[in-house]
Amino acid sequence: MHASVYLQKSASAPRAAWRPDRKARTAAIAQLWRGYATPRAGMPSGSNVARLLQVSAKHLALFALCLLPWAAQAGLDIQHWVLTNGARVYFVENHSLPMLDVSVQFDAGSARDPVGKSGLAGMTQHLLNLGAGNLSEQAIAERLADIGAQQSGSVDDDRASFSLRVLSDPAQRDTAVAILGAMLSAPHFDATILEREKARAIAALRESETQPEFLVERAFSQTIFGNHPYGMTSSETSLSALRREDLIAFHRHHYTTGNLTLTLMGDLNRAEAEKLVATVSAALPAGHAPAPLPPVAELTASSQQVIPHHATQSHIRIGQPGMTRDDPDYFPLLVGNYILGGGGFDSRLTKAVRDQRGLSYSVHSYFSPMGQRGPFQIGLSTRRDATHQALQVVRDTLQNFLDQGPTEAELTQAKNQLVGGFPLRLDSNKKIAQYLSVIAFYRLPLDWLDRYPVAVEKVNREDILRAFRSRVHPDRLATLIVGGDVATAR
Amino acid sequence: MLSLLNLLPYSRLAMLHRFFLLLLLAFPLTALHAADPIVEKTLGNGLKVIVLPDHRAAVAVQQAWYRAGSMDESYGTTGVAHVLEHMMFKGTPKVPAGEFSRRIAALGGRENAFTSRDHTAYFQTVQASRLPQAMALEADRMTHLSLDADEFAKELDVVKEERRMRTEDNPHSRLYEQLMASAFVAHPYRHPVIGWMNDLDNLTVADTRAWYSRWYTPNNAILVIAGDVDPAQVFAWAEQHYGTIPAREIPARKPQTEPAPQGMRHLQLKAPAKLPMAILAWRAPKLESAHLSRSPHALEILAGVLSGHEAARLPQALVKTRHIALEANAKYDALSRGPALFTADVSVAEGGDLNAAIAALKGEISRVAREGISPAELARVKAQVLAAQVFEQDSLFYRAMQIGSWETAGLSWRDRATWLDGLKSVTAAEVQAAAANWLTDDRLTLAELVPQPMPENAPPTARGSGGRHAR
Repeated sequence: MHASVYLQKSASAPRAAWRPDRKARTAAIAQLWRGYATPRAGMPSGSNVARLLQVSAKHLALFALCLLPWAAQAGLDIQHWVLTNGARVYFVENHSLPMLDVSVQFDAGSARDPVGKSGLAGMTQHLLNLGAGNLSEQAIAERLADIGAQQSGSVDDDRASFSLRVLSDPAQRDTAVAILGAMLSAPHFDATILEREKARAIAALRESETQPEFLVERAFSQTIFGNHPYGMTSSETSLSALRREDLIAFHRHHYTTGNLTLTLMGDLNRAEAEKLVATVSAALPAGHAPAPLPPVAELTASSQQVIPHHATQSHIRIGQPGMTRDDPDYFPLLVGNYILGGGGFDSRLTKAVRDQRGLSYSVHSYFSPMGQRGPFQIGLSTRRDATHQALQVVRDTLQNFLDQGPTEAELTQAKNQLVGGFPLRLDSNKKIAQYLSVIAFYRLPLDWLDRYPVAVEKVNREDILRAFRSRVHPDRLATLIVGGDVATAR
Repeated sequence: MLSLLNLLPYSRLAMLHRFFLLLLLAFPLTALHAADPIVEKTLGNGLKVIVLPDHRAAVAVQQAWYRAGSMDESYGTTGVAHVLEHMMFKGTPKVPAGEFSRRIAALGGRENAFTSRDHTAYFQTVQASRLPQAMALEADRMTHLSLDADEFAKELDVVKEERRMRTEDNPHSRLYEQLMASAFVAHPYRHPVIGWMNDLDNLTVADTRAWYSRWYTPNNAILVIAGDVDPAQVFAWAEQHYGTIPAREIPARKPQTEPAPQGMRHLQLKAPAKLPMAILAWRAPKLESAHLSRSPHALEILAGVLSGHEAARLPQALVKTRHIALEANAKYDALSRGPALFTADVSVAEGGDLNAAIAALKGEISRVAREGISPAELARVKAQVLAAQVFEQDSLFYRAMQIGSWETAGLSWRDRATWLDGLKSVTAAEVQAAAANWLTDDRLTLAELVPQPMPENAPPTARGSGGRHAR
């Protein structure tokens, strides 16, 4: 049953052209798959405790944007308005199914954690539905279960989010909306529950610290971001330090209408939507969005860190700070990365590392666009004694790409996939809701997706070469290795 | 890479249950299906083609299912079903190695494949207008696979890396592997889908060729097409691309029946880890083809009562109230070709009392067996099921998966409606009886992960290191 789904491909299939992510892929499959789940399911909705470990959830939310291409025909009518209390609303009306996806987002991700309190943003979000208003933890869980609602929350560096999927019948919908409103405005942050959840988070962190992939991702993040808030990660110390008053203060400061985006997708009309957002945001204080995070500094030199581990494979990450959400070179980097390591079996890295040499099941590269510069990363895992060889192949592949850029054939193939795959990105309420939340949070133009295929088509080889050479610096790359064969890994 | 809890084979159960417990109550769901019913047709060569029209988006899904999974393997060549699945991307005379993926990508499509104990399946999602090209490619590799020795050697290395990544370096995967190897003695469900490493070491391209010629024939396959399509047109394309592939005789399948349980089995796995955990697996009835018997329905509802939502008994009692476990889940899968299991898992904090948590978990099951469940609990699970049946309409891929799963399990996609109706009528008394009759110690295999210290070259712990990292 479980552990019995083996995807022929790994991380990187054309579906995830921008930020291929094996975990997200397998999670999606597992979710669709009766009773069969891969052991590496990884989207934040799976486990509450996992959400508390910020390193683990890092950059996952950005994944949504990476999939962003849109129907070539300007098919999606996004309604957008701002409430008098400052909350921003994004709404796609669609009556094809009797259901509704509601999502709230606050600029209250883990990058807003105070120094020494890493994990506060995650814990605050995590406790929202563990008692609120006149409802106990158990009462919230029962009432949402009674109406069949599905809830999920996530926290990444930039965003704290909470989503509900509910039947659109007013009986179910209104119950869910009332609970959501209470959760956002009047969470209990009960001290006993907080201590219990801290203990669970710490236990899960200790277990994670035995796992090479967790260790390499954490070390990568710490290395490329240094003292920037993006580089902060939860520790036992920082989780232990969280007090009820910290959660209350964080909530009061960040969970305000001025810092809120609401996204609605599904079976609802405009009047109902307006009523819904009023209900959800009514009891929140006004407030405002926090000041932007400081810029991420460039690395000043290359580095290599080896973290010994007994695993049979070495886990390798190579990279540096990459691009922001509003980078003018977004599209050249998108298309170029498809060719380098984002385009699954079309990518040079997969061909070189997996197809030609059998060195890894999965190799990827991605740019993760964030509020400030998110990571550019190449990653793979390989048997211990192949560590050095795999590193060399990856470095040669990257250098060659920076030297010569893509071929015309590669460029054509990438464009065909990205543009031809457009309708697939938008073929469900769930996908539309995810894209909507990215557009909302990062304040993208409402027609940003309509421009997408046009912008992809315009990219040429010179654009890619120029963009990559200005963003990817081989003399300032961080290399992290968790695993073995340290001696041969230089 | 997430926490332990996301790596557990069972950690996603709560969500899965919400997804998979499906039930039709008084909701006007029929309207969703009525416009475009599922239609099927069997070609002259035995290929069954099932079409699910859905016009919400201009997209089509093709899934080719083969009734051949790891349960059809033999000692010495475990893993061959999955290796062959990898080799299906390594070329035919007309479509060289790597070309399948390249051409689907050029069409703007996504594609992949998966292998399970019961079946192997291949799928593509494309713009609906490009479906014929995908069908031509899938049909080509149904019968013309090259199985080149050099490609095989490289791909076998990839699969071994996959096993290292998923299993060797993951104590929870290994625990599950050991559990299955203990829960089943005669039935091939005891073998991992990816195969034992030593069998992979000794696998040959001839083994994959034998596998391919034995099972990859149209009369052992089911083609599911879903999306913005016209069934008549799809059948015509199927005839054109698949209809000419000759059928071959399918070898007789030995039943390899698992003997009845004869008492509890208990095993331990020692591995570097922090959190003690246990998986409990009870031998349980599966959904049989001839009659949709009641016990599976009751067990499905029971799993929902135990851990189908945040307020369910296991998380509520063990995690939230008694603080005796970090996670506790239950799961049942009625649909399988081989013998079924009802499973549960529980984990505790470092140095915690696993035995107490196991006892508490079994105590919750005993409580159901002894005292039954409340009307509110039963209604709550059925409400989950009802809503999930609406939500699943949002995923074309999932709906196609359901058709393929039911068909390869030896049932019909039509039986699913009967199953859902049956869930609707499950009574509290049936749930109580199911807990009492099936979840007994004599039917139980208990697998326990006993954490060991990290070996010498373990990483430094971040305990006490604070939130910031100095470069």
